[in-house]
Amino acid sequence: MFRAVVRLSTSGVRSLARIRPCYSAPLASRCCSHAKVETDEEFDARWVTYFSKPDIDAWELKEGMNTLIGYDLVPEPKILDSALRACRRLNDLASAIRILEAVKDKSGPHKDIYPYLIQELQPTLIELGISTPEDLGMDKL
Amino acid sequence: MLHLTTGRVGCLLSKQAVVALTGSGARMSSHGHHEVSDSVDMSQPMYWDRLDTPLPDRPWKDVLDSTDKSLKQKEKGPWTALSKEEKIALYRLKFNLTYPEMKRPSHEWKTVIGGMFIVFGITGLVVFWQCHYVYPPQPPTFDEEWQAKQLQRMLDMRTNPIEGLSSQWDYKNKQWK
Repeated sequence: MFRAVVRLSTSGVRSLARIRPCYSAPLASRCCSHAKVETDEEFDARWVTYFSKPDIDAWELKEGMNTLIGYDLVPEPKILDSALRACRRLNDLASAIRILEAVKDKSGPHKDIYPYLIQELQPTLIELGISTPEDLGMDKL
Repeated sequence: MLHLTTGRVGCLLSKQAVVALTGSGARMSSHGHHEVSDSVDMSQPMYWDRLDTPLPDRPWKDVLDSTDKSLKQKEKGPWTALSKEEKIALYRLKFNLTYPEMKRPSHEWKTVIGGMFIVFGITGLVVFWQCHYVYPPQPPTFDEEWQAKQLQRMLDMRTNPIEGLSSQWDYKNKQWK
């Protein structure tokens, strides 16, 4: 959903409301190939499944995270939730904090995305005991 | 790498041979010092701080002393049991710079602008010296007297009388309009 609503490469979008149709449709109609365009739900589900692998290893977490950050979007809270749980399975708190820093940076000028993500992830953060960079004072120089 | 002299290349090869012979498989820069030296082994996973690559190929500090190791053990338990300092320590074990530290502004622009002005200044001095010592003497046509006579001749010839020079001259009162 965030991919549709928040095109980070453009600067015109401000609302976080679910105004999906007007952004998915132009993409589909501009598409020159007849390949099936993945919907936002499919994209999210694919990534949630990727990070939910019970025996995920550190390499897969690293690859997945770096690839996800490479996309022109801010990941949905549910993808981040499963990534943080993957960090927990790998006993890697540092990577969990790094992921939070990375999505804050990914939001770019849209300062309202990160607080929303933290708000949505709050139950997970409390459950797993992950402190945000702000809690640890690492958001300042 | 280009500035390696043959002597240093020889030293590098012998160093790599020593590492290979020890068979420890230890990475070249895994001794706790992480400055970029010219003997970085690119065949091993490397660490880097990049905004677009949150998780590098290896942790920052992979040679752990006993306190670090015990902290890593504690990390396997519930994270709610870790204090803030321990969490920060765990982060710093795995990563060198935080995102704000990576994005910190540098003072490089001052060097750049300063360097630019210095170059302009030197260029100005060179140009000045050149005007004085290199240029040939000015042609006589640039003298004030010559220019005045030239202008008078142009006005007498009625140069560009409609829109140009002579149209701006008031012939009756012998002055510019």
